[in-house]
Amino acid sequence: MLTVKGLSYYYRPDQMILKDISLALASQDILCLLGPNGTGKTTLLRCLLSLNKMKSGSIEIDGCDLTKLSARKRAKMMAYVPQATMMAFPYEAREVVLMGRVTHLATGGRPTNKDRELADEAMERLGILHMSRHLFNEMSGGEKQMVLVARALAQQAGIMIMDEPTANLDYSNQVKILRVIKVLAEQGYSILMTSHFPDHAFLGCNKVVLMRDGLFMAQGSPDDVVTSENLSKLYATSVCVTTATLYPRDEITKVCIPIMSELVQLKLNIETSVGESTPTEVE
Amino acid sequence: MRFNSNDHFVVKIIALVCFTITLFLASFLVGRFAISPLTVLKIILSKFIAIPQDWDTTLNLVVLQVRLPRIVLGILVGGALSVSGAAYQTLFKNPMVSPDILGVSAGAAFGAALAMINNGNWWQIQLLAFVFGIVAVAAAYTIAYVFGGNTITVLILAGIVVSSLFQSLLSIVKTLADTNNALPTITYWLMGSLGKGKNEDVLIMLPTLALSLCLIYILRSQINVLAAGEDEARTMGVNVPLVKLVVVVCSTLMTVSAISVCGIVGWVGMVVPHIARMLTGASFSKLAVTSFFIGGAFLLLIDNVIRGIEGVELPLGVLTALVGTPVFVLLLSRVKKGWS
Repeated sequence: MLTVKGLSYYYRPDQMILKDISLALASQDILCLLGPNGTGKTTLLRCLLSLNKMKSGSIEIDGCDLTKLSARKRAKMMAYVPQATMMAFPYEAREVVLMGRVTHLATGGRPTNKDRELADEAMERLGILHMSRHLFNEMSGGEKQMVLVARALAQQAGIMIMDEPTANLDYSNQVKILRVIKVLAEQGYSILMTSHFPDHAFLGCNKVVLMRDGLFMAQGSPDDVVTSENLSKLYATSVCVTTATLYPRDEITKVCIPIMSELVQLKLNIETSVGESTPTEVE
Repeated sequence: MRFNSNDHFVVKIIALVCFTITLFLASFLVGRFAISPLTVLKIILSKFIAIPQDWDTTLNLVVLQVRLPRIVLGILVGGALSVSGAAYQTLFKNPMVSPDILGVSAGAAFGAALAMINNGNWWQIQLLAFVFGIVAVAAAYTIAYVFGGNTITVLILAGIVVSSLFQSLLSIVKTLADTNNALPTITYWLMGSLGKGKNEDVLIMLPTLALSLCLIYILRSQINVLAAGEDEARTMGVNVPLVKLVVVVCSTLMTVSAISVCGIVGWVGMVVPHIARMLTGASFSKLAVTSFFIGGAFLLLIDNVIRGIEGVELPLGVLTALVGTPVFVLLLSRVKKGWS
């Protein structure tokens, strides 16, 4: 259980980046952090990970003050999944995953067979074990993201902080990663992720935080928080949250649509059909 | 079948060690005096066990006082520079980094030159080179710590600044130097040579090298994670400031010990880690070991060429650059995929 109370951060005292942030993240929670660019989402993640030192407030995991822990102990409780980038050198995927074990190694020790097994197991769980010998830099964005999630799994920390896990991914890979996140939460992990797709809040998340100008505008369940009014205010752009029926399964899901023209927003009545076989109705 | 860098590490290392040992023994045969392999073996063994002497006594001197220190120095200096280079490249996530990135060479060169214009003896030259090499890196580290929040980019920038500063100080010393004696000495020193090393030099640098290599080896897994970046390494539980400090201190000590005996030997520390990566992969645990042996063998081989050429002693630093640059271009064309 991660508890954050009254966290604030600034580079200069007259320019607050984060103001009095409080949140709670329990086991099996998936918290989606939404907000426009430059609003302090990444700074908040960095404060949680102790990469930036918060100016006031407290971060606790099960009552244990996170700021007082060594990097090594903290890494055993909280893992970070960054956005996929390049490595400077030609590492294999399995070597990248094995890096997640470093916090469990004895000083001067080398990865044991057990560490290798755990790394393989993490890749197996994400369905990328067959790629373990591929060069990380030659993998696609979606595959790299999976490798980084596997690295965090190998770290065996209960809390996972993910920085835009779905950024730069196509639909198939977005769904893949969201499915993985959901499965991990069901297995007991707590996940905090940022996103620029408000739709993703409806795909598996049970908590949503809307953040604007370093403040939490709203937080709660996706259905309560992700509304047309809130999103329009959040992004300072007209956004319509509406329901769509997924034909032919008769499932209803919510979708968020940014509105280009003010006129359309007033009288929204679009009928769209995506493809011949799976028409979707938007009401 | 595709050659895979990451397979059969133990086999490769054993092969590499065998090659280095063979090269080590073969190197005793190179030089002006033709000595048979059997005699060389006998001379070396006679130090440990009683062997009836059936060779000229001067050969004792040639093998044990002239060739031995030079050969051992070749392996140690090559190995130390390569491991420093590999550690820096991984720490700075930058394949273009060499051990002198933080100004150690420029500082040491200034120190040595300062001793030379004051007619310092061999030990004073070494001492000043050692001291100023460390002063330069300490200055770069302090600048980065005070003004740049101790980030790696600022550290590299500070290193470049300090390098430039000591380069210009060196230029001043060179202008002041006596053109008949001191200036040529400085110039030759800057081109590097293993020729001046004595057995005592080897013994003096050995503890420093051994300690630094041990520390780097102990932290190999942590250094390896730094290749993913400073922030990511911290979230994975690495004590980044400590690891960074240890790497910088150890690399500096190794490089400055090497430089103060041999002068400036460029390119080894930058090229060898790339050759090592091609052979055994990017992981630093393997890279450190492979780099040491390849670096040692590489420098020894080049020094053998220098010793083998009759009449003139080519400068070591010039030859390493001459061999290193084409090798590097070749590497660029082969490994560019892993970098882009």
